[in-house]
Amino acid sequence: MKNLPDQYGHFDIFGGRYAAETLMPALLELEEAYDKAKKDKSFAKEFDWYRREYAGRPTPLYFARRMTNALGGAKIYLKREDLNHTGSHKINNTLGQALLARRMGKKKVIAETGAGQHGVATATVAALFGMECKIFMGEEDIRRQEPNVFRMKILGAEVVPVKSGTSTLKDAMNEAMRYWVGSVRDTFYIIGTTAGPHPYPVMVRNFQSVIGLELKKQIHKTESRNPDALVACVGGGSNAMGTFYAFRNDKKVAMFGVEAAGHGMNTKEHSASISGGKVGVLHGNKTYLLQDEHGQVRDAYSIAAGLDYPGVGPEHAYLAQTGRATYVTVTDAEAVDAFSFLSRKEGIIPALESSHAIAYAMKIAPAMKKNKIIVICLSGRGDKDAQTIIETM
Amino acid sequence: MGRIGRKFESLHAKNEKALIVYLTAGDPSLAITKQLILGLEKSGADILEIGVPFSDPTADGPVIQAASQRALKTGTTLQGVLNLVADIRRMSEIPIVLFGYFNPIFAYGVEKFAKTAEKAGVDGVLVVDLPPEEAPELRIHTDAAGLDFISLVAPTTGGDRLKTILKDATGFLYYISITGVTGTAAPKTADIAREIGKIRKLTKMPIAVGFGISNAEQAKEIGAIADGIVIGSAVVKLINENRNSDDLTEIVCKYIKNIKKPLV
Ligand SMILES: Cc1ncc(COP(=O)(O)O)c(C=O)c1O
Repeated sequence: MKNLPDQYGHFDIFGGRYAAETLMPALLELEEAYDKAKKDKSFAKEFDWYRREYAGRPTPLYFARRMTNALGGAKIYLKREDLNHTGSHKINNTLGQALLARRMGKKKVIAETGAGQHGVATATVAALFGMECKIFMGEEDIRRQEPNVFRMKILGAEVVPVKSGTSTLKDAMNEAMRYWVGSVRDTFYIIGTTAGPHPYPVMVRNFQSVIGLELKKQIHKTESRNPDALVACVGGGSNAMGTFYAFRNDKKVAMFGVEAAGHGMNTKEHSASISGGKVGVLHGNKTYLLQDEHGQVRDAYSIAAGLDYPGVGPEHAYLAQTGRATYVTVTDAEAVDAFSFLSRKEGIIPALESSHAIAYAMKIAPAMKKNKIIVICLSGRGDKDAQTIIETM
Repeated sequence: MGRIGRKFESLHAKNEKALIVYLTAGDPSLAITKQLILGLEKSGADILEIGVPFSDPTADGPVIQAASQRALKTGTTLQGVLNLVADIRRMSEIPIVLFGYFNPIFAYGVEKFAKTAEKAGVDGVLVVDLPPEEAPELRIHTDAAGLDFISLVAPTTGGDRLKTILKDATGFLYYISITGVTGTAAPKTADIAREIGKIRKLTKMPIAVGFGISNAEQAKEIGAIADGIVIGSAVVKLINENRNSDDLTEIVCKYIKNIKKPLV
């Protein structure tokens, strides 16, 4: 595969830097600082130290025996990102960006959040490095992910409620970008997924690529080979890119990105931008978008707040276009079933986001031979979703 | 030279400064937008910036965000705005700039947009989220159609970048007076004067200043250092406050006359 993105952040037609002029100098400064840090061994060392000593990496690659037996097909492994400090893969990225912010001398950070996992992971590193922190969160998400709102506040962050649109992740990102336009001189914007203007998609992907690198080593230790399939849920796409990236040149490894079908792909209430959207420009990059015929962005919907986003990272758009990865969908109902299934079969309560990946693996595993291997990225734990699940019961 | 260039020349000859008025198309309706535009021309507006509403206006403050939402609710589309311009062109020669975000244009089709806009009588386009790095995909078509591509310069824009922007700018240069989204802070005249001084050393292009100007006092101060001023959120707010009044056009026109006074 070509080494992408190009110098302007393009993955073929996708990606780029569609940003207001006020932000352009900051994006260029960020790119320069990131390129420098990437080449600096002391940055890698520092990052590695925090991942190990603070976040608890490496995370286990767990063989889900009871789940495998119950489905009766391929062997299923779970990459336990839920066991990271703060309970999801989001800390992999926020540690990287906060270390970069520190190098750049920025003492204030902001972030958008949907499920609150990225908000918590940002508030956490802000506390760790003594930075001032503001988190933008849609009012609907504040309601349905209340435990995470408390966590952010306990960590000393200010949670700014966002009322526009459907009061979910897209609106939180709009508001964070507006705030950043006004505070760009001293504030670092920690974007939580592989979206946004260049260099965010590539930077976040690289910070998350530890997931795939680790699991490759781990599976080679236990099974002496690559897995046959990788499955990860796709909101903006950071846990999926992190899972896929180390395998991009291993053509025999199938990659499945699972988008949220919400109430069903035959309704308008879903968040499947690749499976149900068209190419467009939002939040600084060109990608697949849920939009109407006039280019107005449509509201996304998913029971999983972290997937409730009408766009998707541009590198996923590219992987979909080239066919290197396959994008599929899972409904709310299927995700809720998978949530219960994993909880009861393995004693692991998955995040509703991750439950989409579990649900897809449950669809394909039974038809696969017993010597085949599926690795699912279990991107986060589900404590935060208890309220939502109780409401559906 | 197009209508925009000619307008700045004629104003310059009279030692007048341009008053550029922004309004969101379709707020409260396209019919009223038309009525307002025709009234504004008679009240001293020199150039019009017609906002094409977008669902996610990330460079706009609360006033224009809300106006965009209202305009979308009443069904305003890019095609509707282009039709409006064609309609106005039958009655007026006022220079018109379409102001907005890239996605509606991209969805319409960049080539079709450039051709239709030119035919409708649009003079320039200003696309907030299309910096020089990404502009070529639209400019191939808008340049070919003879439309001005209005470039933005921000207080954060540094020296080398400024030169790149100036190299390809057409029509006039839009200097963003505040480090922030539209209508959210008052500009500081001394800072702006210093920045404009730097830009003038590099270009002869007319410079308009906007994003935070809301009253005649500011218009006077900034008009003294720039070639034009843009007033937006304040007008949009006034339109909304008087949306149900029979005197809406008169109220807005009176306000604009007052802003124009110190610029003459
Ligand atoms: C546990 C978990 N998984 C997945 C996601 C989706 O994000 P991404 O696609 O960037 O991994 C989120 C987002 O909030 C999350 O909290």
